[in-house]
Amino acid sequence: MSRSIKKGPFISEKLLAKLRLMNSRNEKKVVKTWARASTISPEFVGHTLAVHNGNKFVPVYISENMVGHKLGEFAPTRLFRGHGGKLADKRSKAK
Amino acid sequence: MARIAGVDLPRSKRVEVALTYIFGIGPTSARNILSETGVDPDRRVHDLSDDEVNRIRRMIEAHYKVEGALRTEVSMNIKRLMDIGCYRGLRHRRGLPCRGQRTHTNARTHMGMRVAIAGKKKATKK
Repeated sequence: MSRSIKKGPFISEKLLAKLRLMNSRNEKKVVKTWARASTISPEFVGHTLAVHNGNKFVPVYISENMVGHKLGEFAPTRLFRGHGGKLADKRSKAK
Repeated sequence: MARIAGVDLPRSKRVEVALTYIFGIGPTSARNILSETGVDPDRRVHDLSDDEVNRIRRMIEAHYKVEGALRTEVSMNIKRLMDIGCYRGLRHRRGLPCRGQRTHTNARTHMGMRVAIAGKKKATKK
């Protein structure tokens, strides 16, 4: 079921405050965040966020098209290296 | 000959059904179009007068996105997902279902026909 419109989108307050501060100072820093469930709001555009994927932080540059999506969508949590056989072995070593 | 939005409508079908042959018009919008234009949905396509066909055509052109335009919109939406590198875009790129369905079995609609895996042993019955 989708989220009630009454509540509005979920945007991590902490992250938003941080980015607003950075916007007012006109600075660009990579912000580490675990808030994968946070919706991307227009304030995020142009920043690079390091979104945690459970293992490490994936740098995500936020572009205008991404507004309305969630941060977690851009930091995949699973790594598929193919199923068995020689081919898959080679592929996993290459990575 | 009733030709609407570049599609030939089947002549012997009821208009309500015939309109759904246009990509982008399903049963609901077909019924809405007919009630707006005041054409009886039970009439057959070959019984319609040119005037009625024109009314339906104008209605569709003004209010509905159909055929080519709709197809490009859909593919542009998918392309957008792929370009921003989000999870759904990645799934589209790999030709896998992107709404969380299982892929252990099934999901053949999106993945296409099965590909045989070389060297896989068949289960032997004793």
